[in-house]
Amino acid sequence: MAKKTENFERPDGRKLNELRPIKARVGVIPNADGSAIYQSGDTIAIAAVYGPKKMHPQHQQDPAKGVLRCSYNMMTFSVSDRIKPGTSRRSTEISKITEWALEPVLMLDKFPGQVIDIFIHIIQADAGTRCAGINAASMALAHAGVPMKNLVCSVSVGKLDKTLVVDLTKEEEDFEEGEGPTDIPVSMTPDGKITHLQLDGKIGPEQLKEVLDIGKKAIEEIYEIQKKALKEAFN
Amino acid sequence: MTERKIAIPGEIIAEGEDYLPGEWTEKREGKIYALKYGLIEEANKLLKIIPVSGTYSPRRGNVVIGKIENITFNGWVVDIGAPENAFLTVMEVPQYVNKDALEEVFDIGDMLVAKIWSMNKRGIDLSLKAKGLGKIDEGLIFEINPNKVPRVIGKEGSMINLIKDNTGCDITVGQNGRVLIEGDSIEGELKAKKAIMHIVEKSYIEGLTEEVENWFKSQGGLAPKREVSKDLEDDE
Repeated sequence: MAKKTENFERPDGRKLNELRPIKARVGVIPNADGSAIYQSGDTIAIAAVYGPKKMHPQHQQDPAKGVLRCSYNMMTFSVSDRIKPGTSRRSTEISKITEWALEPVLMLDKFPGQVIDIFIHIIQADAGTRCAGINAASMALAHAGVPMKNLVCSVSVGKLDKTLVVDLTKEEEDFEEGEGPTDIPVSMTPDGKITHLQLDGKIGPEQLKEVLDIGKKAIEEIYEIQKKALKEAFN
Repeated sequence: MTERKIAIPGEIIAEGEDYLPGEWTEKREGKIYALKYGLIEEANKLLKIIPVSGTYSPRRGNVVIGKIENITFNGWVVDIGAPENAFLTVMEVPQYVNKDALEEVFDIGDMLVAKIWSMNKRGIDLSLKAKGLGKIDEGLIFEINPNKVPRVIGKEGSMINLIKDNTGCDITVGQNGRVLIEGDSIEGELKAKKAIMHIVEKSYIEGLTEEVENWFKSQGGLAPKREVSKDLEDDE
């Protein structure tokens, strides 16, 4: 498939494979067992982890392994049109997606009958909120001292007309020319194991492989930032 | 003490056959990976991670401070701040217990110092059959981060003895992060609490014992004995 990379310009002047500026910090909520804030451009996510603790209600306990319970929520003021507070179809779905993205790295079999609660709040949204949420949650889990095989990093790769770009903004998501926008959020461990992959739009199988390569490079950058934030929290 | 390194989950902390994987580490394809956020400690080629955060995970032999949650026909359910509840049977209480009135020994809400003597799939079993264990009648109880307990106790109890000497209080630190202070005066108890909070805050600096010694000097000498309590007695 032909790539029109030469003459394509992103609205904010970034290179095609350039991430938005990232800021990350852990330990932002003293009351929680672990917490983190992750900012990518104008998208800000904050995550708090509580537990492992006893699962209530009791009928939801799993005697074989622990349960990961996620709650994703957008603040009413996070977007320019105030969104209605409370759970929506979208937030329930993203909560579930986040659980699935993080579960493979957690050693939940060590916590039978227990639950790990993660609360993710999107303070400000400019696309890629689920990725920011997963990044924040993964750092918060590590900060809470939960045993993990690895961290999870997440990034959205997009196809604007026929050009592949990394880390879409809201403006780019609303791109309307040619084939239109395609959004592909992907989560991986730093060693390249995919834990979550979504697709919203149309893309060919060849280009999807390219998407994963681009995603992997971006994820290595994000991992370095997460690692730095966790190490700095200690000094 | 050399500079201590912090590991994050999934990080490779050693390669090759020079080291053995210890607690919270894992060996895969000749590399040792960290499985938890914490400090790397090396002892006799064994690498392990000392957690710096997280909830209390009980171990056999731990002395803990608990609160009675419920009374059953043959014992008490105790909250020790762990995800599972702990159980204390009448058999493990070294005193006469009237089986028809267990609440006479420990009632709901009573606090006690106990030892974990066994852990299994069903839960945690507590015992009072050792020195220093039993019901707490008076004193000051507060909570600290369970991961900081070893620092508060110090090497062979050096830190805790320093606080005891400087405040004249008796201190029991439960491994679950609950601290009991029993002193002659409220001032002394509060001073001991302040000292412990100071240690928790400064827990990762080197030469912590000297730092705390200096802190005590800057706070003035021994706490006054029992004056406030006397006034209260007069009023009564």
